[in-house]
Amino acid sequence: MAKRVGMEVGIAAAEAVGMCNIDMAAVYPITPQSHIAEHLSEIVADGRIDAEFVTVESEHTSISCVSGASGTGARVYTATSSQGLLYMHEILPIVSAMRLPVVMGNANRAISGPINIWNDHSDIMPQRDAGWIVLFADNGQEVVDLTIQSFKIAEHKEVMLPICLNMDGFQLTHTVELIEFPDQKKVDKFLPPRKPLATLHPDNPVSMGTLGMPEIYAEARKSQDVALTNSKKYILQIWDEWEKMFGRRYKPVETYRADDAEILMLTMGSMGETAELAVDQLREKGMSVGLVKLRLWRPFPFEELKAAVKNAKLLIVTDRAVSFGGSGGPVYIEIKAGLYHEKKRPLIYNYIIGLGGRDVPVPCFVEMFEAAAQSAEKGVVKDYEYYGVRG
Amino acid sequence: MKKKKWPETWQTINPGCMVFDAGNARTYHTGSWKAERPEWDDSKCIKCGICYIFCPEGCITQDENGFFRADLNYCKGCGICAHECWPGAITMVEEG
Repeated sequence: MAKRVGMEVGIAAAEAVGMCNIDMAAVYPITPQSHIAEHLSEIVADGRIDAEFVTVESEHTSISCVSGASGTGARVYTATSSQGLLYMHEILPIVSAMRLPVVMGNANRAISGPINIWNDHSDIMPQRDAGWIVLFADNGQEVVDLTIQSFKIAEHKEVMLPICLNMDGFQLTHTVELIEFPDQKKVDKFLPPRKPLATLHPDNPVSMGTLGMPEIYAEARKSQDVALTNSKKYILQIWDEWEKMFGRRYKPVETYRADDAEILMLTMGSMGETAELAVDQLREKGMSVGLVKLRLWRPFPFEELKAAVKNAKLLIVTDRAVSFGGSGGPVYIEIKAGLYHEKKRPLIYNYIIGLGGRDVPVPCFVEMFEAAAQSAEKGVVKDYEYYGVRG
Repeated sequence: MKKKKWPETWQTINPGCMVFDAGNARTYHTGSWKAERPEWDDSKCIKCGICYIFCPEGCITQDENGFFRADLNYCKGCGICAHECWPGAITMVEEG
């Protein structure tokens, strides 16, 4: 039977990995991901699962190590955060180009400098073009569910791609939440052992990580791009299967009171839950507002996003990272470009919020809705703003 | 059927560009990017084999008369053979 427990989300992430019959993990600890590394190593050391936990000397090595193991056909896991993810950056596009299923948890944290260990999304945004499937969790339950689903998605024979599951550092990783753990037998049924296309084994030679000369490189890139775009189809199938077995529904674009809303706000990660409360307050005051929560960052769910925002007059995109010298935050830039050819599209407003762990409580979301609405009414779209910045 | 040099289209590329044939490096003709190729003047060659020793590709072999030639399917035109050949028997010639 599924059981509900109060558990710190970082620990729960490691427990979820422990339910997935992994063969090996290589995790280098970094705040605020360390509890995942520590607890997963305990699960292995206590003999609760039959897996190797490789204690590596860096994140560059942890990602390289799990990729090599994935090449042998193993089910693998790693996790990181912030500078650790940046240190992996060189390897990230190689893992996806080699079509190696790897599941990675990322406890989102600001990048230096100034040195800051708190939550925002500036670690994952520079990895946008690494060719990974990128998911965002809103809460602890989603961290557990998406972790288990990620193995099935990554290893699907038509997908064969690495996945990065983002969970906000501290806000999620260090918060104790009520989480329902699925029954192990049902997880085993949902997630049977991996069936790799090929494995590195001397009995059956195969070359991975091959050279691609100018005559073939563009074709290789196109084939990888199509694989990532097409992965959405299989992600949706797996989420359907999950709903049938475990009762919880997952969508690439989640909405909250958005169907008839004139003003929509878009969030990613744990701040969506705070913004929901602001939506409730404004609805009570009679304001037509709603929320769009982007769960799938790559492959970007253009179709679902367009459907979610098509009737809105104003779309407020919140970004938790800066694209220095750009026209807005990275999520805003993506969405604005994605809607450019739509005949019917909302005005778009961009707030940069919650950088480096800056708290964004409910009244701030209320204020953002109201200020953006007023600006749009005047027809003046000062469309890019650091919310709450002093000076 | 003659084996194709490259997959023709992006659709025919194996996932992750994996190659399933063993010993496949031989079929991958990496000499296509050279700008110059070595040419031997056998009248100057003393058959010392220093070109064979120094070739980083290992693409130089000795023919039945004891003279040396590079397999241009693999020669990258680096010119090390010509640089090392002290009798001056090797000239790098621009690829036309």
